[in-house]
Amino acid sequence: MTASDIIAILQGAVVTVTLSLVGILIGLPIGLGLALLRWGNVPVLAPIVAVYVSMLRATPLVTLLLLLFFALPNIGIEIDPIAAAILALVMNTAAFNCEVWRAALMNFPKDQFEAAQSVGMRAAQRFRRIVLPQIVRVSLPGLVNEMSLLIKVTPVLAVVGVVDITRAAVRIGAETYEPLPPFLVAVALYAPIVFFLVSLQRWIERRQAAAEAAA
Amino acid sequence: MIRDFGIVWSERDLLLSGLANTTILSVLSAAAALLLGFMLTPALMSKRRPLAWAARGFVDGMRCVPFLLFAYIVYYGFPSFGVRLDNWTSGLLALTIYNAAYMAEILRGAWAAQPPEPIEAGIAFGFSSFGLFRRIILPSLLLAAGPVIGNQMIQIIKDSAFLTIIALPELTHAASSIQSRHYVPFAAFITAVFLYWGLCLVVEAGVSWIGRRAEARR
Repeated sequence: MTASDIIAILQGAVVTVTLSLVGILIGLPIGLGLALLRWGNVPVLAPIVAVYVSMLRATPLVTLLLLLFFALPNIGIEIDPIAAAILALVMNTAAFNCEVWRAALMNFPKDQFEAAQSVGMRAAQRFRRIVLPQIVRVSLPGLVNEMSLLIKVTPVLAVVGVVDITRAAVRIGAETYEPLPPFLVAVALYAPIVFFLVSLQRWIERRQAAAEAAA
Repeated sequence: MIRDFGIVWSERDLLLSGLANTTILSVLSAAAALLLGFMLTPALMSKRRPLAWAARGFVDGMRCVPFLLFAYIVYYGFPSFGVRLDNWTSGLLALTIYNAAYMAEILRGAWAAQPPEPIEAGIAFGFSSFGLFRRIILPSLLLAAGPVIGNQMIQIIKDSAFLTIIALPELTHAASSIQSRHYVPFAAFITAVFLYWGLCLVVEAGVSWIGRRAEARR
């Protein structure tokens, strides 16, 4: 394995990190939106969201990705590998985020909501000032956990031709007939990212537990 | 569109054998991972430092590595050490070792949350350590950890789909072959998605059955 091979894997790492960040950033608000639809018991939409979440949680990302990448062009929607990758990541992570947000919303104390109503706050104001800051705090560990899960499934994106860490490693392994070194470099790139998120989750949980103990 | 599903129906044998392989793979590796997890958990909680560190290193290490990369390493990397495995063996091995780490962590959490009184009572009644484990610790541990183990089981089913990259003929691989043979991508993959969904609903039903049993015991 030469220096240029390592650079190729690092370029793949930029793609992996970018796609993960885009997936996370789009998936977070969509997950919240889905959770609100269910929480608010919006007719027609709430049951659809429930079915969507149940189905997406059971669908492997590879299967979803292949479905989007091959079936969308079939119905006339052209999609390149990067767009299919982002769409699959967002569809997948939004379903999991929805459950995390929804759990926080369900546990939200009702009296605070009624207090906000009684001082004349409008719905949007109630949500933005009272509900959102608190559910973000409660949901944070679960959301960070989902982020680390999302990064751990990104190697799948290589299947449709996204040139990420994994695809670069596979190519180098095939060219040099020595697959182990590039895979170990790939692991050395993934592990710190996931480890950082796992540690972040533990740190947030510990801090919140300490804050609760002090209160 | 109806015609596409007709084509998938005509290839149902392929799809069903894929479903059977996914099920066998998931059940076998879940059982083996649970067993290995049970062996790892005492090591994680051991008072002997080096043993606890080694176990912790393995568990945390696995939790930081993407499964797909791990499967690649087992399938393509192990031959570098002179270990050559076919795709079935390497798939099963990768799924089992990887998920054993997660199972060990789940069991450790449930074990640490167990009330100490029944265990102390068991010791007072003169249970041997193995008898104590089998009769007192194990049943309540499995009931307490049931839902989380169920979630991990769903994770295993989904992870098994990654094994399509090492050409293991599981469900996603079957759907891929049908799609490449007849060019019916939507029908082939959506059928696979529904079959995965069905599998996971079965697991969820099993978990809620265990939950009801646990409730009845209390």
